[in-house]
Amino acid sequence: MATLHVLVVDDEPGIRSGVTRILSNYTVGYPFMDEDFDFHLIEAGTGEDAIEVLNNQPVDVVLLDNKLPGMDGIEVLDYIKQQNFDVAVMMITSYASLDLAIKATRNGAYNFMPKPFTPQELRASIENVAKHLFLKRMTRKMQEEGKQIRFQFLSVLSHELKSPINAVEGYLKMMQEKQFGEKVEDYDRMIDRSLTRLKGMRNLIMDLLDLTKIESGKKERKMRDVNLAEIAKMAMDTMEPYAIQRSVKMRLNVEGDPQLLADADEMEIVFNNLISNAVKYNKEGGKVQVIISDRGKDLEIKVSDTGIGMSEEDSDKIFQDFVRIKNSKTKEITGSGLGLSITRKMIEQYNGTIEVESKPDEGTTFTVSLPRL
Amino acid sequence: MSNEKKLILIADDDADYLFQMEAMVKNLGFRVKTAESQAEAEKVLETVKPDLAIFDLMMEQEDSGFILSYKAKRKYPDMPIILASAVTAETGYNFDLYNENDRDWIKADLYLEKGIRPDQLHREINKLLKL
Repeated sequence: MATLHVLVVDDEPGIRSGVTRILSNYTVGYPFMDEDFDFHLIEAGTGEDAIEVLNNQPVDVVLLDNKLPGMDGIEVLDYIKQQNFDVAVMMITSYASLDLAIKATRNGAYNFMPKPFTPQELRASIENVAKHLFLKRMTRKMQEEGKQIRFQFLSVLSHELKSPINAVEGYLKMMQEKQFGEKVEDYDRMIDRSLTRLKGMRNLIMDLLDLTKIESGKKERKMRDVNLAEIAKMAMDTMEPYAIQRSVKMRLNVEGDPQLLADADEMEIVFNNLISNAVKYNKEGGKVQVIISDRGKDLEIKVSDTGIGMSEEDSDKIFQDFVRIKNSKTKEITGSGLGLSITRKMIEQYNGTIEVESKPDEGTTFTVSLPRL
Repeated sequence: MSNEKKLILIADDDADYLFQMEAMVKNLGFRVKTAESQAEAEKVLETVKPDLAIFDLMMEQEDSGFILSYKAKRKYPDMPIILASAVTAETGYNFDLYNENDRDWIKADLYLEKGIRPDQLHREINKLLKL
């Protein structure tokens, strides 16, 4: 059991003792943490007292009221920032004005908690802070150990995972409260949407697994002679049911020798991503053309579709993590925003290149070039 | 003051969140118009003047909510605007992206976190509408 030291700064004794009561018997645990956290509470009635505590004993989390008799919360926050204390600050306040929100976030406040709050809300917020602190420290430790973990990536990821959870949770609450009637059928659309969001989450997790394979570098690559035509065929078979639904026709052309020294699993990821995109972002009754051509020193793979296409500005962005093109045409299409980023990383491991050419409403062509080793 | 229900415009690119917000706000006794993007919200604002607007921060762009607030306030200076977003730390979004000059044009009246309870939202809306 690890202990987080929580400093409560509020001039109302009732709030301080309330927080102490609520948190003193509370513990937080996550599947990814080795041990649970419990909380040790320290109370301060003024900003000056809070600084005294911060200077003299370990503090991990500060629950900070903004309205204090002497120096106010923002000033305490400023001091914490200047001294570079390793703490997560949560502002307790009546609804924050935008101005305060900006000032506080600029100075490194992690979160806001509206007053008055329920014990449940306090526990939920503290749970988030504990998780944030754990991840932040973990990230730093990993960076110190020379491991490449990007905190930015983790925070976007947590947002991407949180959105579907929020959506599904919202629908479940509506059902629980029977907001739309007594019959199960009244909730068909919500159930469908919940399932779709969960499926999206599952896909995201699958993509993350692919990404870990690249980034951990631990997994040994099994290099052998791989027939790319067979791999393309397999990826097309996987997409077949969906292509049929959308009346999209897929064709494969092979020119010359499609053999390449590569890891078959990795090539499968590349083809799966490109071909599934070509079907997903196509139009009803559209076409997908896959051409593999042997050019001696390298192999070229072209995947073209007759789909919705995209603007030049969008084409520039699509290989970045979590970038998805949002417009009315892509509204119904689900995706993690990781597929093409994974594809590009894979290809770069083979010293290959990937390029995209696209015209809105006409279609998109991805051209991959993989050198023969 | 008229007895007609007040009209609230909600813009969010998460269709599910939008649907849920719409249901919640209707339940509080307001009329609701929805938009699934910054562009769509701008179109609505061309012809309709809502009594209040709730904008998601990140839509087409990561600062869509700011831009929308700016444009909306230019057209309807007296329309209150609530900006809703997931917390900064979790989105990786940072107000630091905006320098002092930009701060002047962030025109929202209130900044709310997503996942707000109906009673809290109701209180904030009533306050802004002076009901």
